[in-house]
Amino acid sequence: MRSLIKILSLACAGFLGMGAGLVAVMVPSTLVAQTIGVSIPAATHGWAGGLNYHAEQTKARLEAAHPGLSIVIVTAGSASEQANDLEDLVAVHNIDALVILPFESAPLTGPVSNVKRGGVFITVVDRGLSEPGIQDVYVAGNNTEMGRVSGEYIKEALGGSGDIVVLRGIPTVVDEQRFDGFMASIAGSGINVLDNQYANWNRDDGFTVMQDFLARFPKIDAVWAQDDDIAIGVIQAVRQAGREDDLFIVGGAGMKEIVKRVMDGDRLTPVDVLYPPAMISTAMELTALKFIANMPVEGEYILGSPLITRDNAEQYYFPESPF
Amino acid sequence: MPTIDLKTAGPFVALLLIFGIGILVSDAFLSAGNLTNILARSSFIGIVAIGATFVITAGGIDLSVGSLAAFISGCMILLMNSLVDTIDSPIAIVLLAMLASVGIGAVAGLVNGLLTTRAKIEAFIVTLGTMGIYRSLVTYMADGGTLSLNFGIGDVYSAVYYNTLFGLPYPVWVFLAVAVIAYVLLNMTVFGRHCFAVGSNENVARYSAINVDRVKTATYILQGVCVAIATIIYVPRLGSASGQTGILWELEAIAAVIIGGTVLKGGYGRIWGAVVGALMLTLIGNILNLTDSVSNYLNGAVQGIIVIVAVYLQRGSWRKH
Repeated sequence: MRSLIKILSLACAGFLGMGAGLVAVMVPSTLVAQTIGVSIPAATHGWAGGLNYHAEQTKARLEAAHPGLSIVIVTAGSASEQANDLEDLVAVHNIDALVILPFESAPLTGPVSNVKRGGVFITVVDRGLSEPGIQDVYVAGNNTEMGRVSGEYIKEALGGSGDIVVLRGIPTVVDEQRFDGFMASIAGSGINVLDNQYANWNRDDGFTVMQDFLARFPKIDAVWAQDDDIAIGVIQAVRQAGREDDLFIVGGAGMKEIVKRVMDGDRLTPVDVLYPPAMISTAMELTALKFIANMPVEGEYILGSPLITRDNAEQYYFPESPF
Repeated sequence: MPTIDLKTAGPFVALLLIFGIGILVSDAFLSAGNLTNILARSSFIGIVAIGATFVITAGGIDLSVGSLAAFISGCMILLMNSLVDTIDSPIAIVLLAMLASVGIGAVAGLVNGLLTTRAKIEAFIVTLGTMGIYRSLVTYMADGGTLSLNFGIGDVYSAVYYNTLFGLPYPVWVFLAVAVIAYVLLNMTVFGRHCFAVGSNENVARYSAINVDRVKTATYILQGVCVAIATIIYVPRLGSASGQTGILWELEAIAAVIIGGTVLKGGYGRIWGAVVGALMLTLIGNILNLTDSVSNYLNGAVQGIIVIVAVYLQRGSWRKH
């Protein structure tokens, strides 16, 4: 498929060399047909799977509602593959707008900037670019806030004091911001973090690390797992040790299995903290509005990380989504 | 050759040293719960590493084991979920899935073996290719998310991982049984001797009327079956499979094999070495989780140093053979 695209793009290159300048001039609302390119990471883990699901859903919804609009979704397995995708989107699909969740910030700043120079409307999602002024719209979750909300809940639920353990993700900026937000929110309280270890945002490591925490600490009052995949591993380890009644677990992201548990009033996972992969839908809808209604949408949209509780869980539950 | 015994003991000495460090580091280390956790945890990599010992001894390499484990997990879960409505007995469903698992593992091994021997493609490339294929197949089957086992079956099946016999979890017994069978196969049968011969020098083995292709293919099939057995005890632990399942198992298994004294370029292999290697890798991770005296950021560095030291302890022993 990719090689086919490459061949096509080569074939088109000649035409486009002549056409590019014209298109840039003709783009304003007189043109009925508009194309939005969406470039996101491939569905290699749970959260990205949810991202892909919501992108496809939004594409179907937008295209059905607005016949002139066509949306092209491409997924990449690495930053360099994503840079190639951007070239294809411009050369083959002649996009008017780009919605991109960059694999990594720094390596994609240049390629996105090139797309921008061709007069394309740019929407950046979740991971900001390294240089300001390139994007027209920025939609993102708030990792510091996510950590803060988790910390506030644990502090309140334990009545201001208790012993907890923290399972972290992969050493990245995202993990660092969440962890710092969490630590700041419990600073000065009686909450004591016994230890924190990386569980790499996956179930097996969540299980292993939690087993070791349980062996090491006879008294644990709460677990901050930061992520729902980790939380699933933690739940199994706690069950194996028979300590379900001594502690509770706070995950994060909004995976359907965990949201379901919250909805059912599971004592072990009383709440979850949202970090929604559906933010891609927000970004796509905003970008589409620009063309459909020519509304002013430029700006930054930082989504909150609300606490999912038994009372509001239903509105965050997507049983059809893979995540 | 008086030095050989000392060298053979190398991995065991290293294991004891790490064990000693564990005792010093934390009071929780020697608790029965922690020790059984370590044993049960090492059984996955350990069983895969036992299979890898055959492949590497015969001069091959298999990079596809981690992806294959993920793929087999996915197939088992989908199969069990689809049988819920047609078969009443959960035990029958689980047994069928186990059978399917071994079947898929053997066929996957056969494919790797035939592509290396008949199609004459380098094992590294063949298994790098199948590694990518299985990994994306499981991601595709899960729609990029996670496949979860039906709750009712998961309840029954979880006994395979969590229940114990004479105080040890089932996975440990399976690990032990696989190790004993593999030891006999590698050290006391004609097939085992052929593995050594093929790995030492393929041409000489061929002139000695050994069917080199058949021996090599058989090692890949054994590897596939070992992956299937490891998967059978892995699935009941969390009851799920995703694109992240079994990531880097291939490297851990190869590392366990080499730590144990098997020679990466073939010709010499040790089953007990692979068992010790797998235990050692698990122990290091466990000890790092039990202490906060080492910064989280340095975990990888500590692991690297210990692995290099462990291999240094038994270096050169194979040259004597």
